[in-house]
Amino acid sequence: MNPLIPIFVIVPLAGAFLIMILGKFFRDVNKYITSLILLFLLIISILALINTGDNISVYKVGGWEPVNRVPIGIYMVMDGFTTLILCIINLIGFLSAIYSISYISRYTSENYFYSLFCLMIAGMNGVVLSGDLFNIFVFLEISAISSYALVAFGVEKNELEASFKYQVLGGLASFLILFGIGFIYWKTKTLNIADIKEVFNTGYDKSYYLFVQILILSGFGLKAAIIPFHAWLPDAHSSAPSPISAMLSGVLIKAVGIYVIIRLFFNMFDVSEGIAVLITALGALSMAIGVFLAIGQWDIKRLLAYHSISQMGYVVLSVGIGMILISRGIKQEVAVLAIGGGLFHLINHAAFKSLLFLNAGAIEYRTGTRNLKEMGGLARYMPATSSTSFIASMSISGIPPFNGFFSKLIIIIAAVMAGFYLLAALAVIVSIITLASFLKFQRYAFYNKSVEGKETYPKEVPFPMVFSMVILSIFCVLLSLLAFPQIRDAVLTPAINILMDSAKYSSPILGM
Amino acid sequence: MIVYLLCFILFLVGLYGVITRRNLVKIVISLSIMEFSTFLFFALVGYIDGGVAPIVNPSDPAKIYVDPLPQALVLTAIVIGLATTAMLMAVIIRLFRKYKTFDIREINNLRG
Amino acid sequence: MKGMTVIVKKTTQLIAGMIFLYGLYVIVHGHLTPGGGFAGGVILAGSFILLILAYGSDYLKLLQEESGSTLMENIAIFIVLFLALSGLLIGTRVFFSNWLPKGTVGELVSAGILPLYNIFVGIEVAASILTIFLALIIFKEEISK
Repeated sequence: MNPLIPIFVIVPLAGAFLIMILGKFFRDVNKYITSLILLFLLIISILALINTGDNISVYKVGGWEPVNRVPIGIYMVMDGFTTLILCIINLIGFLSAIYSISYISRYTSENYFYSLFCLMIAGMNGVVLSGDLFNIFVFLEISAISSYALVAFGVEKNELEASFKYQVLGGLASFLILFGIGFIYWKTKTLNIADIKEVFNTGYDKSYYLFVQILILSGFGLKAAIIPFHAWLPDAHSSAPSPISAMLSGVLIKAVGIYVIIRLFFNMFDVSEGIAVLITALGALSMAIGVFLAIGQWDIKRLLAYHSISQMGYVVLSVGIGMILISRGIKQEVAVLAIGGGLFHLINHAAFKSLLFLNAGAIEYRTGTRNLKEMGGLARYMPATSSTSFIASMSISGIPPFNGFFSKLIIIIAAVMAGFYLLAALAVIVSIITLASFLKFQRYAFYNKSVEGKETYPKEVPFPMVFSMVILSIFCVLLSLLAFPQIRDAVLTPAINILMDSAKYSSPILGM
Repeated sequence: MIVYLLCFILFLVGLYGVITRRNLVKIVISLSIMEFSTFLFFALVGYIDGGVAPIVNPSDPAKIYVDPLPQALVLTAIVIGLATTAMLMAVIIRLFRKYKTFDIREINNLRG
Repeated sequence: MKGMTVIVKKTTQLIAGMIFLYGLYVIVHGHLTPGGGFAGGVILAGSFILLILAYGSDYLKLLQEESGSTLMENIAIFIVLFLALSGLLIGTRVFFSNWLPKGTVGELVSAGILPLYNIFVGIEVAASILTIFLALIIFKEEISK
């Protein structure tokens, strides 16, 4: 058993309560503890990515061994797909923590902020590392309640209203998920994902499990903000403080939304064509509606939040195409390409969307406004912010040689090779409209002349914020190297292999 | 089979309350009713005909016990529901201080 | 905030101690009868809340009490995490393992490390529910000032 696995959950959990205890006596210790904890987690997650390859490690909590080959007890599972998402979570978390050293000094009661931040990281790590259904629910709730409190952190009118809407819809999602788990337990009498797959191999009642699949898709779709479950996202992501917006939009909707949908629908349920067509349709709708709602926005963070919906639509679309091809049993190599493109776009979106939100926070820190009509000409005074923002805008629109171009290209090629020409054309149109929207953002924020003469000129933001933004922009350029075969085989191919063939997931776990 | 139908009706009553009520506190109470229906469903799933409560008495061991796993899951879920309700109540009190009303139709500052 | 009438104060004087003792009973017998950490902790917090509601308290004393209960909550959960980690050091090297000797079924001192978990989780739940109640009361006092 790999002893490294529970460290990912224990260390941030202990750190959160340690910050609350020590923060009463010493003043500055909360920032340093958070940064050190996240740096440690980043190093061990990169080590885990390099070491795991195609094997699966299992940790049985409490040491309860299986009885008659039936697993009892809680299992924590780490395989290729898990380590990929763990690296994303800890990297964006580390950079947001460094950014918030100077951003959060404007608010009071910083202790609570850093403690809730560590709790959110612990919850997200727990969701991706758990091997049975109820643990996913418990860790999902831990990270969700921390994010409700963090969205309402600066207690003004807008933030409280946004947090209330987010909480009611998030609570509805949690109870739908719990209902779905109850229905699964009723028929299979077990909660372990690998064991449920074994029970499905013996008998599978299609109509009963169709109802369960709809419930689980609705519940996790509300958490991942797919159309038509997107109503909370623009308010919550635009009213939160900027490092929390970067964490929410860059990591939370992926780690607790899209990851669980992919894991349950590929590795647990039998792949059926009706659900695959439904998921593809939801992805296509998300792409189109998200970008059309984003064009007319003049508030920076609302614009970026609507673009999050549209880019998540790309990921769901390509995963849906992969599911359709697997369920029909034809063109397996095109399915590999589609799922690989979707996962690559997931990683890229985490990098450039977080960078865009950190830039928006830097602009607001210096000029005090979020309205595009009231700012202009910032490129002369804030060079680091404007150059990193330019790199991120080119990445999200799909301009070579940045990383967005390669992932969108792989998705469009996979759609064409599978025979869905309309969806490929829709993807190209949405990409062009995204380019138009971001050109508007760049022009009004940075390159327009100032409307009236200002007395005080904005300076560059402090060093911790510049450090985070520059590191993320370097990653935006480096991630395009993932398209090359050698690096792709080390990072992406283990994840795709586990998802394509679910017997590779369940047999090693039950055999240990 | 009747008891499962009653669970579902309770869930729908809670959903009706969340959608149509105007007062903020009534929305929170309806959300609580929805979660209690889920707990009832979970506890009913573990029932075995003719079973007794799963407490081991060393002098008189029974033959059939009811399934204790859903009961442990429901205990955890009740605590999670408590945390959700407490968080909502804290936000509602601060909302009242800013907007001076509990009516949800007046609280629409964010739009678009 | 003001207290309540004389009848409520006299009844609380008689009852609050018994509620506290009942909460402790439910916590400690968690491995023999239904209950355990969560339920016992809520009952324990109920006795403190009853005292505050019946006798009233002024604003500064409530603030002091809240900082004390927050500190107690954090220390208690830290000890729970430390107990869970101690399984990594002693006995079989897994997280959360049960390494004290298990006695006979049905005795009070049995079942390894479980009664210790119950006690500290009970303290933690009681402190956190008291903190929630005090935070809401303090906010109401701030509005009416």
